[in-house]
Amino acid sequence: MKQKIAIQVDDLTVAYNYKPVLWDIDLVVPEAVLMAIVGPNGAGKSTLIKSILGIIDPIAGSVSIYGKPYDKQRKLVAYVPQKGSVDWDFPTTAIDVVMMGTYGSLGWIKRPGQKEKKASLEALEKVGMLSFKNRQISQLSGGQQQRVFLARALVQNAAIYFMDEPFQGVDATTEIAIINILKELRKAGKTVVVVHHDLQTVPEYFDWVTFLNVKKIATGPVKEIFNDDNLTKTYGINYKVAVNK
Amino acid sequence: MSISEYFQLLTNDYTLRTITLGTAVLGAICGMLGSFAVLRKQSLLGDAISHAALPGIAIAFLITGAKDTNILLLGALVSGLIGTFWIKGMTTKTHLKSDTALGLVLSLFFGFGMLLLTFIQKQPNANQAGLDKYLFGQAATLVESDVNLMIIVTSIALFIMVLFWKEFKLLLFDADYTKTLGFNTRFIDILITFFIVLAIVLGLQTVGVVLMSAMLLAPAAAARQWTNKLSVMVFLAAIFGAFSGVFGTAISASQNNLSTGPVIVLVASVFVLVSFIFSPGRGLLFRELRFRRNRNDLQLKKTLQLMFGIAQTHENISHPHAIKILNNFQGFTKKSLREMEEKEWITLNKQEWAMTEKGFNEAENLFNKQLEVNE
Repeated sequence: MKQKIAIQVDDLTVAYNYKPVLWDIDLVVPEAVLMAIVGPNGAGKSTLIKSILGIIDPIAGSVSIYGKPYDKQRKLVAYVPQKGSVDWDFPTTAIDVVMMGTYGSLGWIKRPGQKEKKASLEALEKVGMLSFKNRQISQLSGGQQQRVFLARALVQNAAIYFMDEPFQGVDATTEIAIINILKELRKAGKTVVVVHHDLQTVPEYFDWVTFLNVKKIATGPVKEIFNDDNLTKTYGINYKVAVNK
Repeated sequence: MSISEYFQLLTNDYTLRTITLGTAVLGAICGMLGSFAVLRKQSLLGDAISHAALPGIAIAFLITGAKDTNILLLGALVSGLIGTFWIKGMTTKTHLKSDTALGLVLSLFFGFGMLLLTFIQKQPNANQAGLDKYLFGQAATLVESDVNLMIIVTSIALFIMVLFWKEFKLLLFDADYTKTLGFNTRFIDILITFFIVLAIVLGLQTVGVVLMSAMLLAPAAAARQWTNKLSVMVFLAAIFGAFSGVFGTAISASQNNLSTGPVIVLVASVFVLVSFIFSPGRGLLFRELRFRRNRNDLQLKKTLQLMFGIAQTHENISHPHAIKILNNFQGFTKKSLREMEEKEWITLNKQEWAMTEKGFNEAENLFNKQLEVNE
């Protein structure tokens, strides 16, 4: 059975100043995979996600989502930014942040109503944060903040989820809770792309992987390509890692 | 004239009423939009914009030769906007950080404006007197048409804010995410910035270019202390701003026409000071009190834990022990023992203490309770 292509990236090149951050990336991600993007610091992992999402303008290249340009498919895509990218002292509550996930489908000016509120509460429940719904966001722990961010993306009810280091600075309980939700999403036919740092957990958590270091080193099923050869090419050192067969 | 006389005059003096209304409206719009500036971490942008407005005022006067407020403020608006675009351009197109860009634009425009003002003052034109009022503001120069303009702009700003509330909030909290949801973040950004510039320009006549930024920041900083809800913060900032405007003007007008700007800013600072110390959630005073209470509480519980260990060695938990055996332990004082007796954790008898049933249960559950708190 041939899988549908969820994300296709062609010739993507990004440079901030003179030095390219991403160089000529071609990437094809099939539907319903849970993919990790791995690579050293400064490899352009976050930049890749941000330029796919149009947050950063690439110098060249194109992105298509289910065969159509990203601009026309925005509603199919949800994004979970790095937790540290926002000011958690902002005066708002957990439920309010989750509700922001409904703003995209509401469009300009229209306010969220009962339907949006209900969906947001359900999303909070899914990430185990329902009892914190009226908590001021600065009073949440790092793991709880990450769960709120995930709930905000869940409420978008998208087909593709991009997550930027969701496991950074969270405890083991939250990490397991998050990965279980991601696996559920995959089971429901959604595609999930995660910038990931912990190589040890790649074989356990993901079924698809992309090695990135400015250029794309390799992309494919974890079982086939997650090996010493690709790790060495990506990280530049002989990286021994236990691969669960 | 004393301040109370000023407020008595308010009911029947038309000029005073106009001025008071004007400063109240000005304070409200500045507090409202200042909240956005503070939450976007653009506190200093207001300072740069207000200083950048000065050359506009001077040039508008040089061109028209008249001191028509509306034309002068139009000049201020144009040069304020130019300054803003320069700052934004510098930060996106060069390696300069925003604080450097702000500082450069602020001093460049202000220096140029001062140069033009001194040049104008040397002119043989009787009309020029009073332009320097724009440096520190003079609310007494407000006339009805000025106040009407403020009311109109404030109403429009309020309408736009209510209309785009959801979009503003989203952009303030998470700009990248806003973009991925398909909103035009440039448009929202320009809208917010434009109204901030407009509010600043409106305030120049009353507060002056030098201190205008405080009018934006002080009410918002004070309001943030009292609430964790954006809408309440914006509302409170508007109220604080309006009060600062009214009281500042009253004081300045009743004390020999002091420059209004500095007085308003001082009044607004009082709001900030009081909020920083006395607000229940974030205020320094209550935080310190909570901190001390917690520390004292923990100290007692540590002592209790030690006693628990000793009491456990006996079959009868209420067996009396000498206070002396606690001596190696730093955490206890006569006062803390008395507090523990008040809580009925222990009973004291001369040189001996004995644990009660209640104290034993408390100590046994300490660890479990600590876990619950952390959950």
